[in-house]
Amino acid sequence: MILWFTLAQVVLAVVAGLFCVIAGLAGRRPSDVSVGSLALVELLLIVQIVAAVIAPFAGNPPSGSALEFWVYLVSAALLPVAAVAWALLERSRWSTVIMGVAALSVAVMVWRMQVIWTVQVA
Amino acid sequence: MSASSRPRMSGIGRVLVIVYAVMALAATGRSFVQIVERFDEAPLAYALSALAALVYILATLALVFAGSARWYVVAWVAIVFELVGVLVIGTLSLVLPALFAHPTVWSGFGYGYLFIPLVLPFLGLWWLITHRPGVRLERAAEVAA
Repeated sequence: MILWFTLAQVVLAVVAGLFCVIAGLAGRRPSDVSVGSLALVELLLIVQIVAAVIAPFAGNPPSGSALEFWVYLVSAALLPVAAVAWALLERSRWSTVIMGVAALSVAVMVWRMQVIWTVQVA
Repeated sequence: MSASSRPRMSGIGRVLVIVYAVMALAATGRSFVQIVERFDEAPLAYALSALAALVYILATLALVFAGSARWYVVAWVAIVFELVGVLVIGTLSLVLPALFAHPTVWSGFGYGYLFIPLVLPFLGLWWLITHRPGVRLERAAEVAA
């Protein structure tokens, strides 16, 4: 993984997550902005998937468990899709909160992926 | 008031279900990796991880269907199991660290998951107590508004 890209991804997911949680609690229904922020989070996850496929061939292999890394990455990539699908089906303020929770979960998972890729403690 | 007459998940209950679903996903993914890669290293801890994951999946489903009396009971059992699990394993992992050298969802009261496993059962039980099946609460309508 590439550290600066990971950091950008975590920052974006945290910002999108906080925005959606706050907007949802303030009573906003899913809007172009909140759904768009989730779409952006998903876009970066797809870029990350492509990068993770290419990186080992470019001399940047994962130092930890590749299986664990991919389980995280695939799960993370499914979250924004599921949250947005929910938001489209059910346009209530709580759907906005749910999108926020999904984005924050992605932030945690991406950071965990970075740790699996680079740092080995055990 | 919503026009719908059948009992269903409303308002913040949905957010709770999503948090449960995310925990179920995280616990399942992790225990899958642990069991595939190194089950023989710590059969107890990893079997426990898998059990915890199954209970999260069960709790998620039970919360979704908690409108029916049978699932309501399942939700209680699953969430109480979880609460006992996180308290017992959390305490054991601090008192007898040798027993739990390998991480589970519940080690250290779930610190690896931002203590969400510790907080979640309390929220789940609160939701169950305030949303008995068949009892239509005025507060529920308020919250959903």
